[in-house]
Amino acid sequence: MDDILNVQNLETRFKVKGGWNHAVNGVSFRVSEGETLGIVGESGCGKSVSVMSITRLIPIPPGQITAGTAMFGGRDLLKLSDQELSKVRGAEIGMVYQEPMTAFNPVLSIGRQLTEPLEVHQGLTRQQANARAEELLSLVGIPNPKERMRDYPHQFSGGMRQRAMIAMALVCSPKLLIADEPTTALDVTIQAQIVRLVKELRQQLGMSIIWITHDLSLIAGLAHRIVVMYAGYVIEEAPIKKLYANPSHPYTMGLLNSLPRLDESEHRRLESIDGLPPILHKKPSGCPFAPRCRFVVERCHREVPALLTVEEDHRAACWVNPHTRRER
Amino acid sequence: MSENLLQVKNLVKYFPIRRGVLLKRDVGYVHAVDDISFNIMKGETLGLVGESGCGKSTAGRTILQLYRPTSGRVLFEGEDLASLKGQALRQKRRKLQMIFQDPYASLNPRMTAGDIVGEPFIVHRLAQGTQVQKEVMRLFSLVGLNPTFINRFPHEFSGGQRQRIGIARSLALNPSLIVCDEPISALDVSIQAQVVNLLEDLQAQLGLTYLFIAHDLSMVRHICTRVAVMYLGVIVEIGGRDALYQTPLHPYTHALLSAVPIPDPVKEEQRQQNIPLTGDVPSPIRPPSGCRFRTRCPLAAEICAEQRPELLEKAPGHWAACHMV
Repeated sequence: MDDILNVQNLETRFKVKGGWNHAVNGVSFRVSEGETLGIVGESGCGKSVSVMSITRLIPIPPGQITAGTAMFGGRDLLKLSDQELSKVRGAEIGMVYQEPMTAFNPVLSIGRQLTEPLEVHQGLTRQQANARAEELLSLVGIPNPKERMRDYPHQFSGGMRQRAMIAMALVCSPKLLIADEPTTALDVTIQAQIVRLVKELRQQLGMSIIWITHDLSLIAGLAHRIVVMYAGYVIEEAPIKKLYANPSHPYTMGLLNSLPRLDESEHRRLESIDGLPPILHKKPSGCPFAPRCRFVVERCHREVPALLTVEEDHRAACWVNPHTRRER
Repeated sequence: MSENLLQVKNLVKYFPIRRGVLLKRDVGYVHAVDDISFNIMKGETLGLVGESGCGKSTAGRTILQLYRPTSGRVLFEGEDLASLKGQALRQKRRKLQMIFQDPYASLNPRMTAGDIVGEPFIVHRLAQGTQVQKEVMRLFSLVGLNPTFINRFPHEFSGGQRQRIGIARSLALNPSLIVCDEPISALDVSIQAQVVNLLEDLQAQLGLTYLFIAHDLSMVRHICTRVAVMYLGVIVEIGGRDALYQTPLHPYTHALLSAVPIPDPVKEEQRQQNIPLTGDVPSPIRPPSGCRFRTRCPLAAEICAEQRPELLEKAPGHWAACHMV
């Protein structure tokens, strides 16, 4: 299938006191048509910054995109002018954020926030836009959409706000939906509702999705393919089943083993990853995970591992095969 | 059967809603905790789970008398904490400690880590000077912090390390019960396991009893021996961990468990999609009559609106509050 988005060698850094913080260091990933890509990692691993860099929603300065391409529909998003890019954002790429309260404008009604992009991007009249917004709110399961459009964000509950935000992201029928931890602030039952909604919508509308999360449990039932990030690097990439059945980077293995599972019969001690994720004031000379890794060999400190093929479609950035403990 | 360490009897906590500037009057109450009763046995870990706003944190704080209960009793070592005041309460509090959710907000940024952990000794006049320092060093190594860090300030530590400081502080006075209020939910995944393992080790080492308040049902299953499920201020089900997770009785527990994702794409695919809960939690200011869960319950019948279901023992040690099971 064709790639809808292809990001190559993206590098983003932020100016901090006395130097740079290297948030994204040569990240490459692609999303094909109709595919849901999960980008997984802990806080500070660069997962949000990577995706925000593509849509240039990072603050510049202090941020700076120093290298890379992001091909989307035949254009490089990183080379578009601000004006051209704002035609893409909201129209061809829809976005959903973690905190539904701060992502809405508190002084505009929900309805107005839904109709605005329709008037701006698609040139609809107010009546047409209202009708379409109403349709979308009922699509995402908000009861009495006509009345609720007059409400302000604070009158919605957390789950409803997240539904409304999804409606807002879908308002111009985007080809790509970027969801940045959209359920992290929600309770499990509401989270399950939102995940179900997104699955239904992607089937109906056939869009591609990038779902950013730290939750390996949630993404297991949602994504087709996973990219695992650590310290600004992609460290493993695989189709969903291969990743969970055969994690091939020590970090991915550690993450999976540190999760308690509802389907486990025996009490086992959780495996913890010692130490802390690094803050990259300078680019590391070796593998960024080496100081916390159980399988570390001398080469890990010397060379940043490339993404090596484990099997078809499955790649891991590790000099050692953690299953055999031999160098690849 | 081991002995009870703490008994909670008909505990109620309402928060008044006030209107008016000069002539303040109560216009209603948030029914945060509405008549809950349970026991905590010595050496066990009781999980208290539920969604946000169900009153689980309020219950924890009311047990410790950080909020004074509206009514009800909290019996600890034969005394009702709710009736104690001043010095008598302070004495009891040495045995009851708390670990807070937010390791950023629960440590005073102007105190060094050593002072934070040593403060309980000063407050209770149990040690002085170098003796405090010695105790602090001991506690630091107990929770896996480098004792040379005692002069650092909280902002110099990571989230997981800060939570260790909070744990060290709670252990200072040799408590018998620790209320852990979402102790890991603010931490990163790989750090969560570190802290949970530490809590388990400390329990084995020191014979601690935990009340573990959390919304992460997988983690609660991992760490707890018994679990109580709360919904809108009431306990809807309480029982041994395995019974509750394998044969949940209350429809709310069913719904909660079916919403928990499993980190396995094959199992997620096979899982038949249970009917998820629709709608939102009603307001605790005007909770529904009868059973509080009836507005979202797939089994709701007429009786549910009329009569509040009692928490009844449906199987040995397994209690549920539902007319339909």
